[in-house]
Amino acid sequence: MITDPPPATSGAPAATPAPSADPAPVLSVRDLTVTYRTDSGPVVAVERLSFDVAPGETLGIVGESGSGKSAATMAIMGLLPRNARAEGSVRLHGRELLDLSDRELRPIRGRQIAVVFQDALAALNPMMTIGAQVAEAVGVHDASQDRRALRERTVDLLDLVGIASPRERVDRYPHELSGGMRQRVMIAMAIANEPALLIADEPTTALDVTVQAQVLDVIERVQDRTHTSVLLITHDLGVVAGIADRVMVMYCGRKLEESPVDPLFHQPAHPYTTGLLGSLPRIDRRAERLVQIPGRPPLPSERPTGCPFQPRCAHAVPEICGAPDTPLLAVDATHTTACVRHHEIGSVKR
Amino acid sequence: MTDSAAARIAASQAPTAPTPASGEPAPTAPARNGDKPRYRIVLARFLRHRLAVVGLFILTALAVACFGADWIAPYGHNHQDLLLGAQQPSSGHWLGTDSLGRDYLSELLFAGQVSLAIGICVALLSTVVGTAVGAIAGFAGGWADEVIMRVTDLFLIVPAIAVLALALQAVGSSPSTIVLVLSALGWTMIARVVRAQVLTLRNKEFIQAARVIGASNARIVVRHLLPNLTGVIAVNVSLAVASAIILESTTSFLGFGIQPPQSSWGNMLSQAAGLIGTSQAYLLYVPGLAILITVLAVNFVGDGLRDAFDPQGRQ
Repeated sequence: MITDPPPATSGAPAATPAPSADPAPVLSVRDLTVTYRTDSGPVVAVERLSFDVAPGETLGIVGESGSGKSAATMAIMGLLPRNARAEGSVRLHGRELLDLSDRELRPIRGRQIAVVFQDALAALNPMMTIGAQVAEAVGVHDASQDRRALRERTVDLLDLVGIASPRERVDRYPHELSGGMRQRVMIAMAIANEPALLIADEPTTALDVTVQAQVLDVIERVQDRTHTSVLLITHDLGVVAGIADRVMVMYCGRKLEESPVDPLFHQPAHPYTTGLLGSLPRIDRRAERLVQIPGRPPLPSERPTGCPFQPRCAHAVPEICGAPDTPLLAVDATHTTACVRHHEIGSVKR
Repeated sequence: MTDSAAARIAASQAPTAPTPASGEPAPTAPARNGDKPRYRIVLARFLRHRLAVVGLFILTALAVACFGADWIAPYGHNHQDLLLGAQQPSSGHWLGTDSLGRDYLSELLFAGQVSLAIGICVALLSTVVGTAVGAIAGFAGGWADEVIMRVTDLFLIVPAIAVLALALQAVGSSPSTIVLVLSALGWTMIARVVRAQVLTLRNKEFIQAARVIGASNARIVVRHLLPNLTGVIAVNVSLAVASAIILESTTSFLGFGIQPPQSSWGNMLSQAAGLIGTSQAYLLYVPGLAILITVLAVNFVGDGLRDAFDPQGRQ
């Protein structure tokens, strides 16, 4: 769609190893567990999740609804609802975020970590002009700027994200702009303070396909300019193939596979990833029907011990896959999988 | 009148409306409300509501007549002509005179000053207090919300008239104490409404987005929540004006409120009540009608405001 997944030549060796994670990651998440207290008992949304984001890197997090990707980001921002609790460690430039109070987090939010939401119309205040909202993103952290300087900065930002005639648009209300324009405004707000980390939570899901490509282009262009790291959350593998450097596949709150983009598409090392790739429409293959993964994700209360994917997995062997607390296995230096049988399954046919 | 006013607004808009920029990479969706700034949209919607415009006109006329009574009223405040006594309406005294020979029209206008001022002050004061309390309760949640809402519940079961009578006995019934007591009783309604609105708004994504850019709670409430409550608050002000005028009239009629020689529509009503059975019983209708017309007009304006601020309202 955006760019096709690279054609898979099954069995081919992994492409050139991607640059390994920087020794000093921007964001470092270790054993992050997010638990919701509900009337029917605790629900684990994210389970012992660990990952790093290197400076300037784009990490794609892929997973379907309920896989815990949004809960993980909200935990990073310290914006979980009251009935949720995050344990583990989230470090930004080595500083632990989970221990900080709301007041201590405020200077970090929007200045060091910024978020682009999925639905820009819902995420923009309907009663404020877009210019006022972009200016607020700057002014919240820097009260020293006067009104005129703030307005100039706002116009520059709108220009940077590709909004034509920004000087006129700055006084428009969100409902007067198209979906793509609104998403650009969100991006302008997010990059206003040149954050170290930009979390893009399904930034293109609500947009037309043609506009999706433009918005991704804006994110890439901005990233080139500001060297921001991007955490791209999506369920769209096409988007990931387009702009991510590395990919993390999540399912039922757990990381199933993590790899640079090319090896993941060429040689998925987890049957779930294989299933996801198999369900994509391909323009280079003739297929009557798209392949789907049988079954549906288990409810949090019905998750099996061991691999969460085993009830739906064609390769599952209960004695092996049901073992609790299996560690992540290295496929190679940069590629890890949670599938204990990945060697036996081999490079799974797509 | 409404149509021509709306047409004027539309006409004044037309030439200034900027055309959509060409060479746009993404097709611009047709803007739902054209290029009008928001206040213009609200104004145009309000002007389309005929009864609201009539109500606003009546209110303006009443306010001008009452607060300009020093210049407009045919006779001065409490100007007595004891030799004249009670008179039927005539060209000299359009509404006649009372038993002290005071011109009844002049009395009505001066009394209106007190009634309208009390209505407006109570509405503003109780709305400010109620909005603040409701916003804090809804936004903070938790125990603060519990405590505040239980207090407002308490106000629901307290008989307002009895409390009013006791409180005014205790602190004296000057117009300012009446305003304070009525406001103290009246803030709970708006507090409940604002709290309910804040509860739905605070889970909206744009509030979350404001947190994400690092906005403090105070900034979120003032800059993001309250502007989205403008319609609710404006409607409440108008309703509160109406209920405050009625409550003041009730207390004055019962004798706890404004005391002679000061007059309000309520105590004019109370004095006229003594004339039932005489040829001057019609004097009962004059302050009564003034109250009725004011309250109706205020309610129409409130109706128009609600429609004008409704974000779902059609252009």
